[in-house]
Amino acid sequence: MGLDGMEVIAIVVVVGLFYVVLKQFGIWEPLSLEESNDGDLELSMVRHQPEGLDQLQVQTKFTRKELQSLYRGFKNECPSGLVDEETFKTIYSQFFPQGDATTYAHFLFNAFDMDRSGSIRFEDFVIGLSVLLRGSVTEKLRWAFNLYDINKDGYVTKEEMLAIMTSIYDMMGRYTLPSVRDDSPFDHVEKFFQKMDRNRDGVVTIDEFIETCQKDESIMASMQLFENVI
Amino acid sequence: MAAGVATWLPFARAAAVGWLPLAKKTMPKPPVDKSSRSDEILYVNVSGVRFQTWKNTLDRYPDTLLGSSEKEFFYNEDTQEFFFDRDPEMFRHILNFYRTGKLHYPRHECIQAFDEELAFYGIVPEIIGDCCMEEYRDRKKENQERLAEDTEANEGMDAPLPPDSTSRERLWRAFENPHTSTMALVFYYVTGFFIAVSVIANVVETVPCRPPKGSVNDLPCGEKFGLAFFCMDTACVLIFTFEYLMRLFAAPSRCKFMRSVMSVIDVVAIMPYYIGLVMPENEDVSGAFVTLRVFRVFRIFKFSRHSQGLRILGYTLKSCASELGFLLFSLTMAIIIFATVMFYAEKGTKGSTFTSIPASFWYTIVTMTTLGYGDMVPNTIAGKIFGSICSLSGVLVIALPVPVIVSNFSRIYHQNQRADKMRAQQKVRMARIRMAKKGTTNAFLQYKEDRGIGDGDSTALCVKNKSAFEHQHHHLLHCLEKTTNHEFTDEINYSELCMTESVGFRTSRSTSLSSHQGAQNNSTGCCPRRARRRAAMRLANSTVSVSRGSVQELDTLHFKTTSIPPQTRSSLNAQCVNLKLNCGNPDYTAAIISIPTPPSNTPDESPPLSPVPIPGILRNTRATAYTHDTVKVSSL
Repeated sequence: MGLDGMEVIAIVVVVGLFYVVLKQFGIWEPLSLEESNDGDLELSMVRHQPEGLDQLQVQTKFTRKELQSLYRGFKNECPSGLVDEETFKTIYSQFFPQGDATTYAHFLFNAFDMDRSGSIRFEDFVIGLSVLLRGSVTEKLRWAFNLYDINKDGYVTKEEMLAIMTSIYDMMGRYTLPSVRDDSPFDHVEKFFQKMDRNRDGVVTIDEFIETCQKDESIMASMQLFENVI
Repeated sequence: MAAGVATWLPFARAAAVGWLPLAKKTMPKPPVDKSSRSDEILYVNVSGVRFQTWKNTLDRYPDTLLGSSEKEFFYNEDTQEFFFDRDPEMFRHILNFYRTGKLHYPRHECIQAFDEELAFYGIVPEIIGDCCMEEYRDRKKENQERLAEDTEANEGMDAPLPPDSTSRERLWRAFENPHTSTMALVFYYVTGFFIAVSVIANVVETVPCRPPKGSVNDLPCGEKFGLAFFCMDTACVLIFTFEYLMRLFAAPSRCKFMRSVMSVIDVVAIMPYYIGLVMPENEDVSGAFVTLRVFRVFRIFKFSRHSQGLRILGYTLKSCASELGFLLFSLTMAIIIFATVMFYAEKGTKGSTFTSIPASFWYTIVTMTTLGYGDMVPNTIAGKIFGSICSLSGVLVIALPVPVIVSNFSRIYHQNQRADKMRAQQKVRMARIRMAKKGTTNAFLQYKEDRGIGDGDSTALCVKNKSAFEHQHHHLLHCLEKTTNHEFTDEINYSELCMTESVGFRTSRSTSLSSHQGAQNNSTGCCPRRARRRAAMRLANSTVSVSRGSVQELDTLHFKTTSIPPQTRSSLNAQCVNLKLNCGNPDYTAAIISIPTPPSNTPDESPPLSPVPIPGILRNTRATAYTHDTVKVSSL
């Protein structure tokens, strides 16, 4: 006697149930053996310990107590000892709630991350702060130039300056008085280049920059502004 | 801003140097930070457990107690630390909040204690981190529900009725809460009895009795003793109708009452009888009439007024409506699927009982609930395979929603238990509070006597048995007396005086005599009945001092004194006891109402409370006494 339609279906169903049960018990692996996820066993934490306190004292102009206080705060926020770019952007953006600070934070990150490792260690952090707060005017200007020079080739082009300026204006956000026009950054860059670019070659070198700034009274006066931040 | 942000702010400010060469305008001057820059370690002593932390850590949240200058109030110069007289366990969590920026809720702590600590330290509970927020919210909701239940129970049915309730309100009370009066209790039991009788009669009248002489078939008892059953039925229905009409009359809102489940059940229970009376005896409708008698079984639901368990069950089913609905829906789906499959599987066989899909429904239901009557059985192989799958899946589908229903029932049942326990506890608590109030007033009146008797010397002995708190409290009450030029007294004195005094006092006293402590005070007028045991007035002019209960505590001076056995007083009155020895009673519980000190001493106080009947002395009298001096009466 042949099998009817219903019986075929019944047998198919039974076979299907067997398969499901066996697979559940892991007795019968499916044919495609994919990599089981061992990946989550890898150690995820990469920790970094800073150099000794004495070395940092030599490298920076902070006192021992200041270094201790700085490190405590740093370690509290970043227990792993490293700040990656995303975290940095998040932190910096908290100070500028109205606008978008991510682009500028990116540039800032690169300015601090001197060895281009992709993350800021405590040493980078503290050395940068030392320059900004305790350094001479020349050192500060050098640091600022390093910030503007995005590709770190020693020249600040108009495009680089425009990028920096746009990112700064982005931090302002939309609701400003008077409102930021689309060409405001461009105008600002033009003014900057007129002042700084002596030989009109379209780029600003470090010497031109420092020389111009040293001649400008207001810039020199304002350099003392952030001395007592820490 | 979070804690971390405060740490990074100096960094962000330093990085602003990058804007300086680009600035179009001059920069503003920076704020001058006068505070000391160096970080220091603070010592915080919480009930002996010393915590230490950096000052900066605490400064992260300047709008809390520890972060602001408010903590200076707790600074102890001698030990150079901040001292808080609070729970050190909780403080650990609070301090961790400052350190990590996340507030955690410890699961083993009482939610109210935690809330109080947070309120003390000025931290809003919304800061609790996500990890603990759900638990916190659940506990808080549960606690609030419990408190709401308590207040409901408080103002619930057990509170005595105001004396001006109408008879209608009283009737409704009696129906809803049978333990309030004996009449209600009697009625409750009578109706219960008749419900039982009615249900039993319904059941018994279908049992076959021995046939009467001359007939062969068995007859149901209902037809043999037709008249007896009819009379019983009539009596029950009369009682039920009477009850229903009384409830309808007494209900505060008739529409709401008529829509309630219980009243619908009542109506359905008694309607068949009346319909049966009205309907004629012809054959066509008697079939319908018989059907109608089925509804008499609804009388059994009337028991739910008498049984709390039934009510809980009903309430559970109502609250599990969604789970039950899901169960039914999934069952229906499964039934239809399997019935269809079985029908087509068994279609070919000869003599198959699976005549149609609806006919297969019966098989599917019987199989899924694992009953298996065996009246419909598959014969083909396919049918048997699908039949076995059907029975296996039936077990699963039915078992899934059952735990939800069970847990719901358990929760509601326990809630009910808790409500009952709360009510019982509440009674004890109120009794305790009453005793405490009595204690206070007794203490004060005793103090006045002591003061009044001896001026200085003899009171010195009495003084040391009372705490400084009591002294100050009594002094305060004394000041109030002097302010108003009235004196405190108790109910007994007061009521006695109003018997001897003229009618003129009647008007001034109507409110103060109504003791709100209990229903025992039956007098709304001037003199309670128990003041009939009279005292001989020692003083010619007597002052009755009425405390015009403007202050809440003062009202309690009019207390009832039924708990004191009379013989103790009389036995004492016989003795001549020197007043000074009375001060040896150390057992005054001078507790204010809010302090739940055990007032069990109060009954013991009664012996020493009546000092010697020395003429002209102020005395507080509490219970039946043959001789008591009265207080001075002065009219303002």
